[in-house]
Amino acid sequence: MTAMASAGTDATQSPSAPTILDVRGLTAGYGGAPVLQNVDLVVPTGSITAVLGANGAGKTTLLRALSGLIKVTEGEVLLDGQSLRGVAVEQLVRLGMAHVPEGRGVVAELTVDENLRLGGLFRRDNADVARAIDEVYQLFEPLARRRTYPGHQLSGGERQMLALGRALVGRPRLLLLDEPSLGLAPRVTAQIMALLRQLRDRINLTVLLVEQNVRSALSVADQGMVMSLGRVVVNAPAAKLRNDENLRHTYLGF
Amino acid sequence: MNFATFVTMTVDGLAQGAAISAFALALVLIWRAARVVNFAQGAMAAASAYIAVTVIQHTGSFWLGLAAALISGAIFGVFVESSVMRFASHTAPLNAVILALGSTFIIQGALGAIYGPDLRDPGNPFSHAYRMVAGVGLPSDLNIFTFVSVALMVVGLVLLFGKTKLGLRLRASAFAPEVSRLLGINVSFMRTVGWALAATAGALAAEVILPTQLGVNPNAMDGVFVTAFTAAVLGGLDSPIGAVVGGMILGLVLNYVTGFVNPVAPPVATLVVLLLVLLVRPNGIFAGVKERHV
Repeated sequence: MTAMASAGTDATQSPSAPTILDVRGLTAGYGGAPVLQNVDLVVPTGSITAVLGANGAGKTTLLRALSGLIKVTEGEVLLDGQSLRGVAVEQLVRLGMAHVPEGRGVVAELTVDENLRLGGLFRRDNADVARAIDEVYQLFEPLARRRTYPGHQLSGGERQMLALGRALVGRPRLLLLDEPSLGLAPRVTAQIMALLRQLRDRINLTVLLVEQNVRSALSVADQGMVMSLGRVVVNAPAAKLRNDENLRHTYLGF
Repeated sequence: MNFATFVTMTVDGLAQGAAISAFALALVLIWRAARVVNFAQGAMAAASAYIAVTVIQHTGSFWLGLAAALISGAIFGVFVESSVMRFASHTAPLNAVILALGSTFIIQGALGAIYGPDLRDPGNPFSHAYRMVAGVGLPSDLNIFTFVSVALMVVGLVLLFGKTKLGLRLRASAFAPEVSRLLGINVSFMRTVGWALAATAGALAAEVILPTQLGVNPNAMDGVFVTAFTAAVLGGLDSPIGAVVGGMILGLVLNYVTGFVNPVAPPVATLVVLLLVLLVRPNGIFAGVKERHV
């Protein structure tokens, strides 16, 4: 990960850390009643934000609305201060935003290598794409041993590595990650969380992490946001969510 | 029935199979790209065959006519996709079928109005006569032209899909459209490219099939559509290799049925094969592991 690390900056959060993602009054849904209502969220560059909440709270819908996969009816999403209104889904990777969808999004019919190459197709710098793919293979050893295997032959953990690795090939600045721990062994989940922390510290990657697994998400997050029925009910530093028993009991159920 | 006749029948069956394969490929490519069985493919292929006829008449060159057929095929593919099929609802598959059938009537009606009801000579210069060697009929010039042109197309497609960035985009878009969009791929453009490729294959199919039929007319490819659809289903509908193998098998079966059973039996035999495939192996003989993650 040397090349990725070279872009690294100081990861300590200061109040003046620039905002990469600014969500203002976002309302969105699948037609009919809105699933997201008036969601506000400020994500500082180089931070990890955990999006928490029960099933059906609107976490996945939030990521899908940010990516433009579902229609935003009200409110605005600003990436680096620029509105994403009217920006096509296909353009977002070019703006530095990568979305690893729920269910991991590995193309089951394509090989590991082809999946990784997909992550760099939008880029012009072929040499750097090749470098980024090599870095992913160094980062995730099991993938390097399965380059020519089709996606459907991988284990759950390997698929998560592949989906994450494929996003990294695009050298994103903002990573939207939907339930990376789903169906994974605790050991693998811990590895992935550690990797996110590493990426934040080394290359100043910003992560918006949707998780059911509250404990592991809060173990790496800088800030946490709790959603319920499509609204934001709590927005607080992760340390506060971890330590404030009252908050934990009320919103996170442990 | 002697050995020589059997050899000739096999050779002819394989050539017919190659032609069916080309048309089946057209159906499979669109199915992969857009999840639509293109019922308009026959009419589109007939249209490009008419273009070839016109070009051959004016220039006297079969090769220019062939090129015109392939290019116009691609253009028809883009046109039908972008003007009609793009607007078919993805939640109601029947809509796409009805739109494709409607396009068929419009194209066939237009061809009839422009070119009239007469059968036209497709203008293919290759001889139908078998090479006789020691009493055994070996491939005719037309057979060889069919084998070579279809083989070139298959190799071209294999290289395109397997070795190029465009091919990777096309495959990813077909298998996982939403993920592909998130990775920056313009999926709707890829679908249009898929239609162009498929219609080009369909146009080539017309150029190798029509010389063996009565002549070019607006409905000339209708019967072939049923055969090619059966071949595509036999091969799994999702698999280009399956379409080629399915086409070859069907070409042989139909030719043997013509020879051993009854010359008018092949259309019935086609439907029997289709029925058997759907009953015994509905996912086709090439159905692989299908586990989708979107």
